[in-house]
Amino acid sequence: MAENPTEMKTGLFDRLMRIDRRVIFVFISVALIVPLFFNVSQRIQVSPEVQMLNDAMSKVPDGALVLYAMDYDPPSAPELQPMAVAAFKVALAKKFKMVIIGLWPQGPQQANMAFETATHDPLFKDVKLTYGVDYVNLGFQSGNEAVIQKMGSDIPTTFPRDYAGTPVDQLPLMKGIKNLGNFDFMVNISAGYPGTREWVQFGADRFGLKMVSGSTAVQTTEMSPYVGKQLLGLMGGMRGAAEFEQVSGYPGRAIKFMVGQSVAHVIVIVFIVIGNIAYFATRKKRGA
Amino acid sequence: MRRQVPLLITLVVGAVLIIAAFIPRAPFGGLGENFSLYFDIIAVFAFLLGGGNLIRIHGMRLVRGVGMAITEAKKGGGAWPLRFVIEFPFLAFGGLKDRRGRDWFFSLITLLGFFAMLAAGLLKLGNPKGWQGNVTTPGAMFQEFYDSMFNPLQATMYALLAFFVASASYRAFRAKSVEATILLVTAFIILLGRTPAGAYVTAWMPESLSFLTIPNLANWVMAIPNLAGQRAIIIGIALGVIAMSLRVIIGIERTYLGSDEK
Repeated sequence: MAENPTEMKTGLFDRLMRIDRRVIFVFISVALIVPLFFNVSQRIQVSPEVQMLNDAMSKVPDGALVLYAMDYDPPSAPELQPMAVAAFKVALAKKFKMVIIGLWPQGPQQANMAFETATHDPLFKDVKLTYGVDYVNLGFQSGNEAVIQKMGSDIPTTFPRDYAGTPVDQLPLMKGIKNLGNFDFMVNISAGYPGTREWVQFGADRFGLKMVSGSTAVQTTEMSPYVGKQLLGLMGGMRGAAEFEQVSGYPGRAIKFMVGQSVAHVIVIVFIVIGNIAYFATRKKRGA
Repeated sequence: MRRQVPLLITLVVGAVLIIAAFIPRAPFGGLGENFSLYFDIIAVFAFLLGGGNLIRIHGMRLVRGVGMAITEAKKGGGAWPLRFVIEFPFLAFGGLKDRRGRDWFFSLITLLGFFAMLAAGLLKLGNPKGWQGNVTTPGAMFQEFYDSMFNPLQATMYALLAFFVASASYRAFRAKSVEATILLVTAFIILLGRTPAGAYVTAWMPESLSFLTIPNLANWVMAIPNLAGQRAIIIGIALGVIAMSLRVIIGIERTYLGSDEK
């Protein structure tokens, strides 16, 4: 005897209500992996926050002293590393004098990796930088916001040695630097606490530090209230990184990764729609 | 005295730091900085305590787990070391009945990783420049561990989130009520609007209706409702922190001192 078509339909919707998560995992895997093998370019619309950030960095005079605070670790690197690379490329183009620090233990190491990627770009093959003169990496210092507070009054005592253990008084670049007030600008790449919020509260607000920030997509909503006055621009997540790569003129990995992210988002939406159709189709049955 | 002394320290430090924020001149400015220095010293001890605690907890789990695994192997009779080796996958990965003994193998990996990184960093193992070199010099064992193991492992752990978020979104975003429907629509706008796909979907819209394109709607959601909510939360948290700080400084809030029992 043939099955009742209504029951068959309900059975299908019931199954669609409970799709095995492994099925979703397979779709997401394919969505993220396949685009990596194709060179597809997408037009990325630049958000006002990233445009502001780029404008702010463009206005910083060539050769200015800029603080790069890298407050993140490898888990956030897919989102934040492209931001750091692009920010270093801008620094190389504008010949900024860079002081790199980290309030996260792995931050300075991530900064080194980003810096290396930026300097290996063929665009900057003629740029010759000398450690200690053009840039320094002061490494990690524990203490979270207390470190920022101390940097406001005395950087050499906060960071007596650089990342490699060289006393800061032996680094020519550090000779004229006393406190945060000596910096013309600051770029913070942040994955959480301590990060952008602490730099805003203890650096930008108290010492008038002009700063921009790049943060993970998750914490972008928390940082957006600071944009305008305390933050002169904000990149949020991989999308923000891709926008900055595009607007700054240094396309990199974020733009490439956006294709995968777009497809993955569309797949998530499709599954949500399927789930809702199935939910409404089976609602009567559940209510009975 | 056990409670009065910490309360007095909290009162003095809290009061001085508040005064130092408003009067950044000597002697308050200097005192504020000195307290920051004390914070650094305490943070160093916190690192030591953290490392010690990790060794203690995982060491205990390892000893207990290995003991249980050996007992389990002995139950089978015969030469227990051979049985231990044969049944290793079962005994190491959650096969033990007693929950307290399970996952001992992961504790072993944790301790091995901890000591390997510690040794590579402290002894500067494999450092091309020897003792004078930095641990992050290319070729140094510490840097190799970082690049080849720590970095990809941590990135992998975080990347798994994408899969769980996708699965959770499918299950959670159901239009069961008005509130859930609003959340669902907002999620759609943000999910599409934060990728170039959003621009393609509404690219056909005329210029006069450009404010209805998905990226512009996403920007609006982020800039207006989200911003208002976030500001309210930030102001609320700030007021809460002030109230709580005053309670701690004055001595009304004493839970941080532990229980009253001696």
